[in-house]
Amino acid sequence: MSDTANPPKAAFPFIKIDAGGRASLTAVRCKACGSWYAETHRLACARCGKREFETAEPTLTGKLHAASIVERGFPGTPTPFISAVVDLDDGPVLKGMLRGVACKPGEIPHGRRVKVVFDDALGRKDAEGNSYVSHFFEPA
Amino acid sequence: MSQDVYITGIEMLKFGRYPDRGPPQLGAEAALGALDEAGIAIADIQAMYAGSVFQSMIGQRILQQIGQTGIQVVNITNACATGAACVREGWIAIRSGEYDTVLCVGVEQTTGMGLLGGAKTGPIPTDGLLGSATMPSVFGEAGIEYAAKTGATIEDFAQVAVKNHHHSTMNPKAYLQKETPLDVVLNAEVIAWPVTKLMCSVNVDGAAACVLMSERKVKELGLMGQAIRIRGTALASDPWQERDPTMPDVNTVTRLAADKAYAMSGVEPGDIDLCELHDCFAPIELPHYENLRLCEDGAGVELLRSGATELGGRIPVNVSGGLLSKGHPIAATGIANLYELSLHLRGKAGDRQVAGAKIGMAHVVGLGTCSAVHILEKA
Ligand SMILES: [Zn+2]
Repeated sequence: MSDTANPPKAAFPFIKIDAGGRASLTAVRCKACGSWYAETHRLACARCGKREFETAEPTLTGKLHAASIVERGFPGTPTPFISAVVDLDDGPVLKGMLRGVACKPGEIPHGRRVKVVFDDALGRKDAEGNSYVSHFFEPA
Repeated sequence: MSQDVYITGIEMLKFGRYPDRGPPQLGAEAALGALDEAGIAIADIQAMYAGSVFQSMIGQRILQQIGQTGIQVVNITNACATGAACVREGWIAIRSGEYDTVLCVGVEQTTGMGLLGGAKTGPIPTDGLLGSATMPSVFGEAGIEYAAKTGATIEDFAQVAVKNHHHSTMNPKAYLQKETPLDVVLNAEVIAWPVTKLMCSVNVDGAAACVLMSERKVKELGLMGQAIRIRGTALASDPWQERDPTMPDVNTVTRLAADKAYAMSGVEPGDIDLCELHDCFAPIELPHYENLRLCEDGAGVELLRSGATELGGRIPVNVSGGLLSKGHPIAATGIANLYELSLHLRGKAGDRQVAGAKIGMAHVVGLGTCSAVHILEKA
């Protein structure tokens, strides 16, 4: 019997997990125009077409731009949950699940301050049984 | 001679459920209707532009039903702008001088497809972790963005549904033909707040087709009496926006297409007598009033509340019932919009006729993202 308790993997390319298991965000930024991309590699900038990028670490704070309260989702996703588009203070725009607030319209005003936290990806595992770490938003 | 391009025959099937027929049969029936109205046969068609989002080689499969003549067929997929892109490509083909008579067809069967919008694939399901990729969520979030900017309320969004569902009661080819009072819309099942079920377009089966002709051909066949002139046609892709690709922006791309179509046509926004716009989800109709220049920026809510966009108002919008109520068979929608305009421009829209309509605008948005705008006028 082999030990299958591998360390969790990052659910998305914009999440980095260091040797100690700590997660952070990573992204690339266009050297010419400063546009952020929640990706690890890019050929060229969608905004300006230039081809030089730098890797940078986005901030873990931002504000809610828009959200919806999902009552009917795809099979396998527990509902209700809040789907949120967040403008990071310095970083790309991220979409994810806002938790730690009630699923009520009054809880998701435009501009609400939020922070990025990392946690197990809702118990989802891949075919090899690996678990994953995802980003979530919580009120700041 | 003018290089104008005209619609001389146009048809749409009643949107609904066709469990016993496939997309080629539906497309074929619409195509035959368009040919019959133009008084020509399939042998007269020199090229075909056919669209379906969920079918491949739909054009050839339609010709297998109505006549395989060996003509050029181009199959187009452009999300919800598929049908409109077929018309745009047909227009370009005629303007190039290569052809005089072109057939455009859009067809889709979406019954039973449920929530559209794919969660990205990966080692684990991403729905929820990346927020929601369902269309009601995406457009609900676009509505909330608009509300934060303008003060639009969920009641305003619901009122769009009330209006368009009301319009559909006068359209025998609409899928739903049912009044939905405000409280019924607001109390319907919430799919993704602020979007309730009655604020979502309906997955249906449908097809629409049109015959395009050069001015030379229209005159040769003596069809000017029924011809509809394409005054403006434009197709745009989404220019970069700061929230790409996380949050699709249907506004900038619509403005781009609308402004191109206005410039080409020489028509002013005030000249538009009716508009069929892409109300795939009720909230998005409001920003599109502004995007299509039907009102000043920020005045979309006021335009709705004033009643101007109802039948009988200054600029009736979606008198067909719109996608919300007529239904949204994706690739057929763009041509079905032109069908609706053509009825009004010819004075044949029955109970929902926009009195004295001379110029109409049709708009679609395909998420991903593209937008097409057409401006039509009775020849
Ligand atoms: Zn750049």
